[in-house]
Order: sequence, then C-alpha cells, then structure tokens
Amino acid sequence: MKHLLIFAALAAGTLMSCSKKDDPTPTFNINQKATLSIQFDNIVGDRNLQLNTATYANASGESFSVTLLQYFISNIKVKTVNGDEYSVPQDSSYFLISEANASSQFVKVRVPEAEYASISFVLGVDSLRSTMGIERRTGALDPAGTMETGMYWGWNSGYIFFRMEGISAAAPVGPDGLRKFRYHIGGFGGYSAPTINNIKTFTVDLRAGGTAKVRQGREANVHLMADILKVFNGSTSVSIANNPTVMFSDFSRLISANYTQMFRHDHTEN
Amino acid sequence: MIIRKTKRILLLTLLYACSKKEPAPETFTGFKQPVGFPSAVYTEPITKEKFELGRRLFYEPRLSRDNTISCGSCHIQSAAFTHHGHDVSHGIDDRLGTRNSPPIMNLAWNRTFMWDGGVFDIDLQPIAPITNPVEMDETIENVLKKLRNTPPYPALFKKAYGSEEMNTARMMKALSQFMAMLVSDQSKYDSVMRKQGPVFTAEEQAGYRLFQQKCSQCHQEPLFTDQSFRNNGIGAGPNNDEGRYPVTLHPADKYRFRVPGLRNLAYTAPYMHDGRFYSLKAVLDHYAGGIQDMPTLDPLLKGGIALTEEEKQQIILFLNTLNDKNFVKDKRFSE
Repeated sequence: MKHLLIFAALAAGTLMSCSKKDDPTPTFNINQKATLSIQFDNIVGDRNLQLNTATYANASGESFSVTLLQYFISNIKVKTVNGDEYSVPQDSSYFLISEANASSQFVKVRVPEAEYASISFVLGVDSLRSTMGIERRTGALDPAGTMETGMYWGWNSGYIFFRMEGISAAAPVGPDGLRKFRYHIGGFGGYSAPTINNIKTFTVDLRAGGTAKVRQGREANVHLMADILKVFNGSTSVSIANNPTVMFSDFSRLISANYTQMFRHDHTEN
Repeated sequence: MIIRKTKRILLLTLLYACSKKEPAPETFTGFKQPVGFPSAVYTEPITKEKFELGRRLFYEPRLSRDNTISCGSCHIQSAAFTHHGHDVSHGIDDRLGTRNSPPIMNLAWNRTFMWDGGVFDIDLQPIAPITNPVEMDETIENVLKKLRNTPPYPALFKKAYGSEEMNTARMMKALSQFMAMLVSDQSKYDSVMRKQGPVFTAEEQAGYRLFQQKCSQCHQEPLFTDQSFRNNGIGAGPNNDEGRYPVTLHPADKYRFRVPGLRNLAYTAPYMHDGRFYSLKAVLDHYAGGIQDMPTLDPLLKGGIALTEEEKQQIILFLNTLNDKNFVKDKRFSE
C-alpha cells in the first residue's frame, strides 16, 4: 500500500512536471494563488487620453480637454475556461483608477492559478460597502480626500463612482474664470430612502483577445481599454453645453448608462 | 456625645476642605439610557478616553482650513449646541451657509442627520461641515496631518485606542462618542413625567394638553420629533432650498425638512431650517395662520392649526418646560 502511494505520488509529480513543460496552462487551484493584473487604459475614441494637453471632440461637435478622470473599480470576479468562479475577497477588492496616477491603472489581485476566460467587476462601490461603518472604509474608500479630487459626498453620504472634469468652450464661464464641465456620477440606491442607483457591473469576455493564464512566478495582465468618449456618445448624446455639470441628479443615470459601453478587452499579456 | 458630634463635624469639614482644594477624581459614568426614552440608536460603548478625545476634537479649530473654526464655533453649549442668534451660520472667512445650525443634543437617537437627512451615520456626519467650503473648508487628510504634529493628540489617541495612529475612523468615532453623550433629559417636563416632585402649573398643563392634540403627531414625545421629513408650509426661501429633495430626488420630498426636536428652544432661537422665525410666537403664528399651500405641504397642516392667542401662550409655556439648564451648563461638555 505504502509503495503504491509513493508510486502514485511520484507518477503525479512526473505528470505534473510534464504538463508544465508541454502546456503552461495552469489548472484551477483554490489554494495556490498568484497575481492577476487588470490594466485600465483610458482612451478617447481612437486616441490615448492625455490630461490637460490634448483636445477631443464629442458627437455633439463640442471640443473638450480632460483635466481629471477617476473611477472606482470593485468586486472583482474571475471565471476559468472550465467555468470555475472566484471572487476576490471584498476587503481587497476596491481600487481607485486615476488617469493622473499611472500605477493606479494596474489593478492587481490575487486569484487561484488558472486560465481565465472572463472577468467581471463593478464600476463604483456596492451598496453594502456604501453603508458600512467607517472602520471598514479604508484605503481607496477612506473619505478623507479633498474636494478637488475626492470621491466622497459628505453632505449626502456616498461615494462618487466616476469623476470626470475638463475644459470646454461649450461650458459656461465659472467663478474661477474657467469653462469647466464636471461629471460626478454616484448613487448606490439610498439608505434611509431608495433613490438612484448608478452601480454598474461589467463582464468582459477574454477569449477573443486572449485568456489570462495566472500562475506563480508570472503576472498575467489583462489590458482593457476604457473609452471615455462613450460617456458623451451613447444611447444619450450628452452635450456639454446642455449639461456642463452633472452630479447627483436623474440625468446622471443617462451618463452611467452611456458608460456601460466604456470597457473593451484589447489583449492579454501572459 | 456632643464632643463626638463636634469631632465628626470637624472631620467632615476637614474632608470637605480637602476635596475643595483637590477636586475628587471625575468619575466617568458613560452613556446612561434616560428613563422613559426609547432605546438609543447609537450603541457603541462610550469610553472616557474616546469621549475626552472627542471633546478635545470638537473644540479644535485645526479642523478648519485656517485653524479658526471649531465645531464648537457654531455649536455653542450655552445655546444647546446651536448658533444662537444666527439665522444661518458664518463659517470660514465669514462665508455664510444656507441653513440654520441645528442643536447637537440627543443625537444618539437619530437615524439620520442634518436638516435633509443626507447623512445616515453619526460617524460620517463631521465630514460634511469639515469639507464644506463655507463651513470649515478643510480635508480630513489635512486635519489628521495637523493633529499628528500637535501635542497632546498623539498621546490622546494612544490613550483612547492603544496606539498613536491617527486615521479617519478613529477621529470620527471619537467625535461621535462626544456627540452621543450630549443627552438632554433633565428638563422640568422630564421631572414631571418621572414624577420626581415638580408639577406643571395650570397654564403649562393646558399647554401640554393642546400640544398633545395639535403638535405631537410630528413632535413625538419624549424626543419631540418623529424623525420624519415634512413640508411645514413656510414656503421656499429666497435661495429656493428644496430640503430633502436633492438627497432622494423624489419630487414628494421637495421642501421637506427634518422635524426638529423641541427641547431647549429657549436657547436655540432662531427657528426653522433657515432661522427665519426669531420667536416661538412667530412660529405658532405661522402654524395658525401663515401656512402656504404647496404640492408637498404636509397633509396634517392643510388649512393650518387652529389656535387662539391664549392657546399659543399656553403652548409656549409648556414648551418652556422642555428647557434643560443642566444640559447647557454641564461641565463634562464644556471646552
């Protein structure tokens, strides 16, 4: 019996090492985790997003530049080619993507070794976390941020999920002399009374652009494009002249509906 | 016998003299559930160290951008922690807000905060005034930076939390401990209800009866609010403040504001969300004859509340039994 077991173990070891050599595809192993990187590459149509310096145009024919772009990515889940699913533990699953901070555009999570066919995530902060005690709001969720770049509404307890600001000739002159447009999109559904919910869940199929082979010693990178032109050009054509400032309002639903078309998978680096 | 008695008196006098020189160590009794009050919403155990840190923070002007405004600037104890005499408060650089600074009392029972209920957790409440450009115009991040370099805060945080680390949650929770302790339950009304000796005068009793008939549906005892949001027909002010509407985006919430508690009204004038009424008489005149009809006017107020001049006076006499002198002088809550 003992011999048999040793033989089996040896055989398994040999088989495993063989399979590693011949086919680097890892099998789903919940106990063996490695890093998966998801890159949020912000673009404007067929151009790269460059803060402040570049000028773009939306479908309403308005030219604009972008001075700030930030959004929350949370609740990351992955699904293997065989259908096994894994959710990143919630406490390690909140990320603030900022165009001004290159490293923030690579979301790194620990997931089991496997070959992944799809990933899903939330743009925003789920309603449960949005109502949790302050001690559970650490890291990206710390409401300590500034008015200039903060992602939290103090007056109406809740996170701003998506914040884009810029300059456009189509926007009216503000008290600071600048023609600014501001889109601060949030709304988790309300706590003491139900209200707007702009939490959006995205599922991205990786098979066409390349599955992610997550294994130790490597760092698979899923390269996503986030096209902010979709914020303007979608089922609603958002005009800066008509809507220079959109914050907590019914119109914000149309903007969040527009940006559900924002993400696409470009390729995967394994 | 006489000698013994004298000795005892002498001894007592001596003890007293000693205790006067060195005040007896303050015994911290924590949060006490007042008799006759519903269970508090705030349930975190209050410790002496966190409460004292919270008190220090409450009176700390470093919470504002230029270190001039503390919470206590607009929430003054002698005014039951509101800004007595101000319709709306002036914050940093004397910028004016749009709403009357509400009293901080009995917040441990609040389910929501602010005139519009936009904040649903007491721990999240201070973020609003600290970051508001017309109030303190500061960031939490920067406040923490300042406090880290300001003795005795590192020591106070260590006493309260076991380490000197300062973060948003620790700061906010300490402020909550102080605010939750601000309980006002020592008015004449409370003594009458608890049958501790004092009784209402005939006029106060008449006012109480009228109050129960005409006011208590919204101003429910013993906190004198049902914590709902209602349009009480005062009409939109010049800035067209739509109250709770921007929080929920429900048209039915337009011009609705929190039903405020009615304790300590003698200290908290002026009244209403924008402080437009300077006296209780003006408030009652409004309910009796000044209600403006609007689509969201509270149905209970359609047509106003019938009140004679005498009845108004009686109600005011009753409302004055809700003033709590101990609360506005309680040394535990002072700077």
